[in-house]
Amino acid sequence: MRDEATFRVKSGLAEMLKGGVIMDVVTPEQAVVAEEAGAAAVMALERVPADIRRDGGVARMSDPEMIEGIQEAVSIPVMAKARIGHFMEARVLAALEVDYIDESEVLTPADERNHIDKWDFKVPFVCGATNLGEALRRIGEGAAMIRSKGEAGTGDIVEAVRHMRQINGEIRRLSTLGAEEIATSAKELGAPLEIVREVAGDGRLPVVLFCAGGIATPADAALMMALGAEGVFVGSGIFKSDDPPSRARAIVAATTHWQDPERVAGASRGLGPAMESLESSKLEGGQLLAQRGW
Amino acid sequence: MSASVMIGVLALQGGFEAHERMLRRLGAETCQVRVPVDLDGLDGLVIPGGESTTMTLGVEREGLVEPLRELAAAGTPILGSCAGMIMLDREHLGLMDMRAERNAFGRQIRSFETDLEIRGIEGPPLRGIFIRAPWIAEHTEEVEILGSVDGRAVAARQGELLAVAFHSELSEDDRLHRLFVERVNARVAARQAGQAR
Repeated sequence: MRDEATFRVKSGLAEMLKGGVIMDVVTPEQAVVAEEAGAAAVMALERVPADIRRDGGVARMSDPEMIEGIQEAVSIPVMAKARIGHFMEARVLAALEVDYIDESEVLTPADERNHIDKWDFKVPFVCGATNLGEALRRIGEGAAMIRSKGEAGTGDIVEAVRHMRQINGEIRRLSTLGAEEIATSAKELGAPLEIVREVAGDGRLPVVLFCAGGIATPADAALMMALGAEGVFVGSGIFKSDDPPSRARAIVAATTHWQDPERVAGASRGLGPAMESLESSKLEGGQLLAQRGW
Repeated sequence: MSASVMIGVLALQGGFEAHERMLRRLGAETCQVRVPVDLDGLDGLVIPGGESTTMTLGVEREGLVEPLRELAAAGTPILGSCAGMIMLDREHLGLMDMRAERNAFGRQIRSFETDLEIRGIEGPPLRGIFIRAPWIAEHTEEVEILGSVDGRAVAARQGELLAVAFHSELSEDDRLHRLFVERVNARVAARQAGQAR
């Protein structure tokens, strides 16, 4: 019997991206640079997060023409972002046959209460999370991959570290609980009991966990892998730096060889200036993208 | 019974952990391969799924092309799944006399799972998970086709090399890996018998 879009097929693609780098690109030319540098996938968007921050205004799904141009330019998976709760943008992206949809806090939310019902789609979704409850709510809604949110467009790794430590720390605590404590924990997490029970038993999320938001250097990528990320998203960090092809290759190498500091050192050498950065702690409430979604 | 066999899993990028979990469940020891020295002392190797462009660049960056060819030439059993199948074809590592067509079944929206018969695997059909999967577009007589979907060849063997377009490491069914581990065991047993003589 043949089945399409089973959860195994959806989460399986994320499994194949593991140990890899997913790079934000805004043109087919950038997508080619990313692919030639060894990106495992590209994220097609109109503006990288650093520009969204700088320009302000409502950030939306990309122009289909741009997405199609990128799909034609590369053979690696092409992901694209929809606004939180904007199921119509998601349907458009599904009609374009993107390989993964990122329901992303980097774009301006369309619904302040409800995320997209991701079970309704054949295309798999990745969603951001700052803590375990948020991750498990998204999985409950059908997300087949989770990324820690970090603070996109800053080049500051501190929020990515906070969110990854938070998620993995909560998983570790969960796996120490007795069976009778799981339901209370599910209530406190605000997450579906069945998924909480599964995570407590396995000691890991039922889907692949990447990190995002603030990765600017090879050492940043290696740090996140050491903290338990299974791969990294790099947004502004590559194409807002001085030498995107070299930095892209270096971040790919550091993500593979994160256990070998000498290799990370080698990858870090002579890359020129990183992206212009912002200190997350100096951002005001409304500028913190990670607070979007619940 | 001698110590368990050591099977390396190419870990430059991709679904290497799921293969390791399944191989360990079958009693093999595993290690992750990222640089040539990691190939020392291996009894078998798995090239997992992932992105074949990423993996190709990684293999070249790490100088793994020749060492992998030597490993195969020494008769070491190698299993390639999905991108791993692509890596084995004549346009990549050139270890199998065939050409794999990338993303042949289409984009992710056309990824699927299905039951399929694989020559050499007894019992009910295997559940194959096909994710942006390739198929074998052409091959010589040296390559034995072991299974097909929609009339497309998706599993093949050439000597000690086994290539499948799908992911059985993501299912509960471990019969394909069992077939591979048995091959590795047989190879190690033959080598030990040769040394004893």
